[in-house]
Amino acid sequence: MSTIYILWLRQLKRYIRSKQRIFASLAQPLLFLFAFGYGFGPVFAKAGGGNYMNFLAPGIIAMTIMFTAVFSGIEVIWDKQFGFLKETMVAPVSRFNIMFGRTLGGATVSFVQGISVSIITFFFGLRSSLSGIILAFIFMFLLALFFAAFGTAMASKLDDMQGFPLIQNFIVMPLFFLSGALFPVTGLPKVFSYIVKLNPLTYAIDGIRGSLTGVHTFSLGLDFVILISITLICIYIGAQLFKRIQA
Amino acid sequence: MAKIIEVKNVSKHFGEVKAVENISFSVDTGKIFAFLGPNGAGKTTTIKMLTTLLPPSHGEIKLNNFDVVTHPDETRHSFGIVFQDPSLDTELTAYENMQFHAVLYNVKASVYKPRIEELLRLVDLWDRKDSLVKEFSGGMKRRLEIARGLLHHPKVLFLDEPTLGLDPQTRNHIWSYIKNLNQKEKLTVFFTTHYMEEADRVADMVSIIDHGKIIESGTPMELKKKTNTENLEDAFLALTGHEVREESSSAKDGMRQARAMWTGNKR
Repeated sequence: MSTIYILWLRQLKRYIRSKQRIFASLAQPLLFLFAFGYGFGPVFAKAGGGNYMNFLAPGIIAMTIMFTAVFSGIEVIWDKQFGFLKETMVAPVSRFNIMFGRTLGGATVSFVQGISVSIITFFFGLRSSLSGIILAFIFMFLLALFFAAFGTAMASKLDDMQGFPLIQNFIVMPLFFLSGALFPVTGLPKVFSYIVKLNPLTYAIDGIRGSLTGVHTFSLGLDFVILISITLICIYIGAQLFKRIQA
Repeated sequence: MAKIIEVKNVSKHFGEVKAVENISFSVDTGKIFAFLGPNGAGKTTTIKMLTTLLPPSHGEIKLNNFDVVTHPDETRHSFGIVFQDPSLDTELTAYENMQFHAVLYNVKASVYKPRIEELLRLVDLWDRKDSLVKEFSGGMKRRLEIARGLLHHPKVLFLDEPTLGLDPQTRNHIWSYIKNLNQKEKLTVFFTTHYMEEADRVADMVSIIDHGKIIESGTPMELKKKTNTENLEDAFLALTGHEVREESSSAKDGMRQARAMWTGNKR
C-alpha cells in the first residue's frame, strides 16, 4: 500500500510544481467552450436542442480529463528512457503496484484538471445541484482512471515518443470527436451511431452530462457499469504488460 | 572467501544475436570488482541480468546467495545500483528522491530518517536536501544517486560508468566516497568504466568481457604481467584489439538528445 501511495504522491508533486503546464492545459478547453459554445449555440437552439453551452460543457470537461490522463500514462515513456522507471523496476515492489500507483497518480491529476475546467464552465453558465456535482465527480474520476490506465498500458509497449503523434491522431482525437462530446448521439447515421456506441468516452460523457444537467441518452446505471468494467479490464491488461517491460 | 555474486554458464540471446555467451565468474564479498569491455561487449546486458531487469536465456546467477530468477525480490533487497543514465526524478528534491527510494524498499520512517541524513552528509548534500534535483550539477546528481543506492543497506553496489562525463576533481571525490564505503560498510562494489587508469587504481579484481565472452580475469597486476604491458589500458588493448566498435544506435540516443534540448541538461 505504501508503495502505491508514494508513486501516487510523486505524480501529484510533479503536477503541483509544473504551474505552466497547469495553465497551458486550461487554454484548450477554454478555447473550445468559447468557439464551439458561442459559435454553434444559436444553431443548436434553433434546431430545438436547447442550451448548447450546457450540452457542450460536460463534453469539454471529459475531453480535458481524457487528454490529461492519456498523456500522464504516456509519460511512462520518458521515465523508461531516462532511467527513473529503472529505479522503480529494480525495487522489490510488485509490478502491479508500480503500474497501479502510477495510474492512480495520473488519474488524480487528470481529475483535478477536470475539476478546474468544471469551475470554468460555471462561468460559462453551467449550473447543477450538489448531488449532481457529486455524481458527476464519480464519473469524472472513473474516466480519469480508465484513460490513465490506457495510456500507461500503451506506454509500456512503446520505446520512444515517436509513437505519441500516432496515439494522439489515431486514438485520442477520434475517440473525442466520435463520442458525443460535441453533438447528441441520437438520430445519427447507422454506422456512425455504432462507432459512437463502441466508444467508452461516450458513456463517460453521458454519465457526466446526465449528472450535471439531467440530459442523458443511456441510463446512468449502464454508463457506470460499462465504465467501471472497462477500467478494471484496462488496469488488469496494463499490469500484465508492465510485468513484461524490460527497462 | 565467500562469494557475493556467482555467475554460472550464463547466456543471453536476443533472437539471433548472442549478447552474452556462456559466461562464468564470481565476485568475492567486500571487494571492488571492475567489469571492463569495449562498447557492445555485453556489459550492460550482464548488469541487467544481475539486477533482475532481464532474465538470462541459460545459466544460473546467484547474488547474496539468492537465485535472481526465482527470488527477484530478495535479490533486489540485496543490491543498490547507480545506472549509466541518471535515474533521479529531477522535479523532486534530493530528500524526496531519497524518501521515495526508502518507501519502495520498505524501510521504516524511524530507520530511513537518520539514514538519509547520514548518507546525504556523507556525500556533502545535506545542506542541499530541499533543492530540486534539476538544479544540481552532474557530479551532485551522481553523488545523490550513490547515496540513494546505499539507503537500504545493500550488500552489493552496482555502478555502471559512475564517473562518465565528470571532471577529474569530481571523479576523485566520488571514488574516495566509494572506497570509504567499501571499507566502512563492508560493501562489495561492482563497476564498469572506460577509464582504465581508474580501474587500475581502485579495483581489487578485474574481468574483461568482449563479444559476449569473458576473455580474462585477475588483479590489475596479474593482467599487466600476463600481457607484458605497463598499464591497464595497454593490457586492455592487447586483450581486446584496437578495432573501433560500433554500438548500434538505439531510440535511446535520440531521446537523450531530445531531452538535452528540452531541459538544457548537459549530462
